Amino acid sequence: MENSLDPAPSLLEVRGISKSFAAVRALQEVDFTLRAGEIHALLGENGAGKSTLIKVITGVFPRDAGLVRLGGEEVAPRSAKAALEAGIATVYQEVNLLPNLSVAQNLFLDRQPMRFGIVREGEMRRRAKVLLADFGLDIDVAAPLGNYSVAIQHVTAIARAVDLSARVLILDEPTASLDRHEVEILFGIMRQLAKRGIGIVFVSHFLDQVYEISDRITVLRNGRLVGERETASLPRLELIRMMLGRELAETTGARTATSDRLPREVCASFQNYGKAGYVAPFNLELRHGEVVGLAGLLGSGRTETARLVFGAERADGGQAMVAGASIRLQSPRDGVRHGFGYCPEERKTDGIVAELTVRENIVLALQAKRGLHRPLSRREQDEIAKRYVKMLDIRPPDPERPVGLLSGGNQQKALLARWLATSPRLLVLDEPTRGIDVGAHAEIIRLIRELCDDGLALLVISSELDEIVTYSDRVIVLRDRTHVEELSGEAIDVTNILGAIAADGAAMQEARA
Amino acid sequence: MTALLPRRGLAQILALIVILAVDRVVSPQFFDLRLQDGRLFGSLIDVLDRGTPVALLSLGMVLVIATRGIDLSVGAVMAICGAIAASLADSYSLPVVLAAALGAGLVCGLWNGFLVAVLGMQPIVATLILMVAGRGIAQLITEGRIVTFTSPDLVWLGNGAILGVPVPVVIALGMLILTGAVVRGSALGLLIEATGGNARASELAGVGTRAMILAVYVWCGVCAALAGVIAAADIMGADANNAGLWLELDAILAVVIGGTSLFGGRFSLVLAVLGALIIQTMNTGILLSGYPPEFNLLVKAVVVLAVLLLQSPKLSGFAGIMARLRRANP
Repeated sequence: MENSLDPAPSLLEVRGISKSFAAVRALQEVDFTLRAGEIHALLGENGAGKSTLIKVITGVFPRDAGLVRLGGEEVAPRSAKAALEAGIATVYQEVNLLPNLSVAQNLFLDRQPMRFGIVREGEMRRRAKVLLADFGLDIDVAAPLGNYSVAIQHVTAIARAVDLSARVLILDEPTASLDRHEVEILFGIMRQLAKRGIGIVFVSHFLDQVYEISDRITVLRNGRLVGERETASLPRLELIRMMLGRELAETTGARTATSDRLPREVCASFQNYGKAGYVAPFNLELRHGEVVGLAGLLGSGRTETARLVFGAERADGGQAMVAGASIRLQSPRDGVRHGFGYCPEERKTDGIVAELTVRENIVLALQAKRGLHRPLSRREQDEIAKRYVKMLDIRPPDPERPVGLLSGGNQQKALLARWLATSPRLLVLDEPTRGIDVGAHAEIIRLIRELCDDGLALLVISSELDEIVTYSDRVIVLRDRTHVEELSGEAIDVTNILGAIAADGAAMQEARA
Repeated sequence: MTALLPRRGLAQILALIVILAVDRVVSPQFFDLRLQDGRLFGSLIDVLDRGTPVALLSLGMVLVIATRGIDLSVGAVMAICGAIAASLADSYSLPVVLAAALGAGLVCGLWNGFLVAVLGMQPIVATLILMVAGRGIAQLITEGRIVTFTSPDLVWLGNGAILGVPVPVVIALGMLILTGAVVRGSALGLLIEATGGNARASELAGVGTRAMILAVYVWCGVCAALAGVIAAADIMGADANNAGLWLELDAILAVVIGGTSLFGGRFSLVLAVLGALIIQTMNTGILLSGYPPEFNLLVKAVVVLAVLLLQSPKLSGFAGIMARLRRANP
């Protein structure tokens, strides 16, 4: 930029990348440009396509369309190893090294200095020491890597990648498990590497860090490119809008009909409820016939709140009450017993039992609630399954089909049916519309409203702010694992939510310093 | 379920028929039955009688495998419980002997279940402990000798007959019916299949997955105990070194032949027992053929491979493609 004759050369150019998994379009014509010597943040919520883009660039996934140029030459690596040889190195959040081998062995794995077919341990250690000294590390390189902190393991992984003559370094959530001091060290190393002309892609959901370290930002949403900006000239609010805000649907504000009903009966309440290192203690009251939305960025404590409320995670303080009486809430079983239900975000791993039929998946929670000795007869199961398949329009309408063969939207409906069959008083839905096609999306939103009108209490998490605005009676905003704001009535709109999420990070940083 | 059963069990039933046919060729008297002293005799009865221990083991094993576990200790548990039964047989009445032996099996199952369900150990490692230690325990009980007994009650359990049918066969059938009634009559079957299919999701749906896992290991221990008592009763003694040796592998094989995946989930009790019978029909056939017993292992391997190939979805997909190609190019 200093030299107008020679605009910073593009090191890595990604053009028109598309990638689908079965029917799901994970990436659609995404462009991405990385310059030499810059630190470029790649941002987006869960499912935005960040990981897929990285995996396509590094050859882990084959791409459906588009091209990748490195230093002007087209590259098409077929594997992470081939990408590494081409000069694109990736360090993942879970460091892909071998904790039982020494630091030196990890650094020179696959390319140990040899003489007469024997590894020259001494030479390897000497070179490892020199290499790490470059990164400001002076540690015993003969000790197993696993003995060291995650931060040092990260630096080792980066040192290895850079020493393999990487020109592009992709860091996927490198700071997620580091403390503040370790983050400083890592950032120092990143700046130093950038100065050497290496292009660094920085994936993170910590916006403060993004503003601290990155030169430019690319935002993805739902598998599409939203935009590429200079970090210095992008206000935080605008960035969050890019990440979360869809064009506001015309449905906004349609949900006033039920809001001015008489004060509703409290269904469950939580006082000072929380868990250290998980979610800060919060007060939460959930009422019958009311939808409470949980808004916030990825990692802000939304899912954590949901899991505490349902009983999937144990609180270490505070009180949970149902109908005015304090309850024990230590396990999902407790939650189910008290009439709670929970549709988790990760449908495949935490929700469905793929090989069992739609019928069996629907009756599972009800059966668990009734206990072993009161089995639902086959006829009762058939009736329940048939009723919900019809009511929620699950397709294909065959209760005997393994649920794993259904589309994402229909799996979600089967999970909803599982909980509705237990006649719950409170339903917690974590990202109920994620990964669902447009038609099913609208249906699920309609269902949420209907359930609410039937008197259910609902706690709903969504990254789609316009969606939250559409169905919520109250919205709780989270930031840094803390409930920071509660909006209700007229105050619920996308701008206010965005404002609460962004809540002047600059002021917070000052306070911290 | 009933409509699905024949299709699910087709490979196993076909395999059994083929092996029976081969046995008939090898030994023309294979299907002959005769009644002597109120007990039926013949090769077929032999297959059922000899197959009882593995059939009993497979009843417990199939439930364990359905939860995505495995129990390597059943052979050792057989040895322990056989040793207990043999040691007590001449001084106590049959009910006491049975209660002691089955109680020991239950404790063994609890131990395995505790390690897997409560401590979260990998099943293969957790049960390996008892597999190794169990034989030592059995040897301690028998004090390193082969303990023999003469109690007619216990001998009857291994060699007697009810309406002409050997007692072990009656017991195995009874256990199959009992296990089926408990598992499919209650919600246990569904909850076990859910736990094995996706333990995390089942837990979140309110299923007591730990209790499920504990229960199947306990049942597996009880089944092994019963098999151990029958094996001891059969030879009128307990040999801690050899009782039930390697039978855990036959039991696992029986379950796999019966179409239950080692990855857990869907299971079939009847098909697991059918798997045990397939194994025994082979063993008996080879014995009758006069080939050296070494062949047994090879033939077993080939038959197992054939049954598994018949079940393989990839292969049936392949067969489908071949059929389509043949139709396209007559």
